[in-house]
Amino acid sequence: MSSSNASNERPAWVAHHFDTAGQQVSSAKLGMWLFLATEALMFSGLFLAYFLIRKLHPDMVLVASEELNKAYGGVNTVVLIFSSFTMALGVRAAQVGNQKSLERNLMITIACAFIFMGVKYIEYSAKIHHGLLPWNFFDMEKAAHHSAALASFEYTPMFFGIYFTMTGLHGLHVVIGIGVLTWILIRARRREFTPDNYVAVENVGLYWHIVDLVWIFLFPLLYLVK
Amino acid sequence: MSNQTHDSVEPSYLVAKKGLLSWLITVDHKRIGLMYLVATLFFFMVAGLLAILLRTELFTPGQDFMSAQTYNQVFTLHGAIMVFLFIIPSVPAAMGNFLLPLMLGARDVAFPKLNLLSFYIYCIAAVMLVLTLVMGSLDTGWTFYTPYSSTTGTAVIMATLGVFIAGFSSILTGLNFVVTVHKMRAPGVTWNRMPLMIWAIYATALIQVLATPILAITLMLLCIERVLSIGIFDPALGGDPVLFQHFFWFYSHPAVYIMVLPGFGIVSELITVHSRKHIFGYRAIALSSVAIAVISFLVWGHHMFVSGQSELAGVVFSFITFAVAVPTAIKVLSWVATLYGGSIRYTTPMWYAMIFLWTFTVGGLTGLYLSTLSTDVHLHDTYFVVAHFHYVMVGGTVIAFLGGLFHWFPKMFGRMYNERAGAISALLVFIGFNVTFGTQFFLGHQGMPRRYYAYLPEYEYLHQISTVGSWVLAAGLFLVLFTLLAGLKFGKHAPANPWGGVSLEWHTATPPIEHNFHHIPHVESGPYDFPEIDWDSAKH
Ligand SMILES: [Cu+2]
Repeated sequence: MSSSNASNERPAWVAHHFDTAGQQVSSAKLGMWLFLATEALMFSGLFLAYFLIRKLHPDMVLVASEELNKAYGGVNTVVLIFSSFTMALGVRAAQVGNQKSLERNLMITIACAFIFMGVKYIEYSAKIHHGLLPWNFFDMEKAAHHSAALASFEYTPMFFGIYFTMTGLHGLHVVIGIGVLTWILIRARRREFTPDNYVAVENVGLYWHIVDLVWIFLFPLLYLVK
Repeated sequence: MSNQTHDSVEPSYLVAKKGLLSWLITVDHKRIGLMYLVATLFFFMVAGLLAILLRTELFTPGQDFMSAQTYNQVFTLHGAIMVFLFIIPSVPAAMGNFLLPLMLGARDVAFPKLNLLSFYIYCIAAVMLVLTLVMGSLDTGWTFYTPYSSTTGTAVIMATLGVFIAGFSSILTGLNFVVTVHKMRAPGVTWNRMPLMIWAIYATALIQVLATPILAITLMLLCIERVLSIGIFDPALGGDPVLFQHFFWFYSHPAVYIMVLPGFGIVSELITVHSRKHIFGYRAIALSSVAIAVISFLVWGHHMFVSGQSELAGVVFSFITFAVAVPTAIKVLSWVATLYGGSIRYTTPMWYAMIFLWTFTVGGLTGLYLSTLSTDVHLHDTYFVVAHFHYVMVGGTVIAFLGGLFHWFPKMFGRMYNERAGAISALLVFIGFNVTFGTQFFLGHQGMPRRYYAYLPEYEYLHQISTVGSWVLAAGLFLVLFTLLAGLKFGKHAPANPWGGVSLEWHTATPPIEHNFHHIPHVESGPYDFPEIDWDSAKH
């Protein structure tokens, strides 16, 4: 019977309830893909809300979106795409057992995440400074002082409501990403990953790619679309 | 079905490790299943007692012992606890956890630690929902409709966060089960040799993974609405309150299939095992579960026939809703065909399966009245809806759950229960249930609106019958509890296979050993190939 043979050659990292290493690795991958599906579905609800606001108040959205800084948004887009690239290099390094390259690429990825959050902080501060916030905190006086066109629309705070909700939830994912990437980096330093046991690196990589992917949709929709 | 004949000398999972801590940090799916079972049954009792309070208040037309505000809070809590803390986790998380790896011939679910984590997430959610009681309670109904829910002064944020967190528990359980079904099947357990219970749990798990994220984002938006206010659900702030209903029902309609599909799975097992006959239409039943899961995502608009959605949308949603009846009827007819010519044993699980066939059919057919546009205008928001919903949820899921509890109780605890007491409980539940909710069809048809603490005197007669029925139902449910508790304490030791089942959970010790099987079984035939079936004379 297969289970008794397998137990002779099974590596220590295979959990007791799996028959083979392959079973464990493919389970972990399938689990991660399902998780990514739930993430995509969760954000899809917010995208729906965004499109509804656009449809209800197209002129307001056009004017309000001009307030978002395209340069900062663009920088963040480049930073995230680059970090996705270094993440992919890291996964590849784990696959071929290049310990040094794995650690270096993980560190660059984490650094990119911090840069992203730093730029986000600058952007958020500017919005808060001008009172461009959701309904409960929207400051009409400051906003009118900042831009008369903005104040002429009745429902301007809706745009900043959905802006802060979408980028806030995305930012939360970036912060969680920093956490799990750091955890993977610590494990990598402990030399836990080998060319046949690196599924954790791969899964965190997938997570990082979807965080990147969500931003690639958020950026044009919020900052660029006319 | 398997070559498993090893006699157990290993201790069972119940005593393999000792002490409270060994339970609290266990990653054994059977123990986690039992912890879920205890927790869900506790909340079933809490929410059930709330229902008895409601029915008792409704015994007379006027106000008796609850103010309108208290009544609102009690029915909200009844609904929220029943749905989010009992029905959704009851069959998948409690029974599914116990059975899934056993039925697949696996040692555990794919992610045992995640399994334990989702149990604790469930516990946190439960504590939060209960905390709303001391934080000003909740009066929105379990549906949290805006704009009321974004303006009322009660503890909406706490409650929605509680449900939000319960949703994560549900997602993680579903994800775990999907991966388990794909990756953990024993050699020889092909898709077409999986017990129908597994098919049902698999379809349920798919819905849990794909629909619950929408609930999460909906409730998150509601919280943000109250804290920051985007205005998206509030017309005064530029939004649209019907959008909330779309969001909510896009999850909550599939969620009723999260609640009822596992019940279908249980009934498939009960009927075939206790009539000693191969299930009729195995593939049809299996695939109809998946078909229901798919269609369930396309019918949410039937909750908004009178909420101002477009006429075309109404017609389309009505049509697709009718389409759900097809796979559902395939199941019911297959169960009846299985009974035909079978050697039926009138055990307690079989009594519950029979009750299910009756009550669920009534629940399903009255759904057709509500999916018909014109009759829905008349019946919308009346007791007819309440009765329909309870015939499906209680008459479907809860009855199946009770049947399954009696069916697998010997396997879980290694003891038998008293058959006569079980049968009497089934009788009481059947009578009590139909008296309680059958009358409500008439009340609703006569125009009694739901969610009112007082009513016009002409409804008094039917309300009183319904209330008396609820007391009988409660007595039946307490008898179930006492029968099982007495079985636990005084019951005879159960043999490994008391019902002569063929699926894999009956091929290991009773109660099972910690790692389920001494040797992973090799399976060469289907889960319903009972040895006494004479394939030559019984034309298949
Ligand atoms: Cu529905």
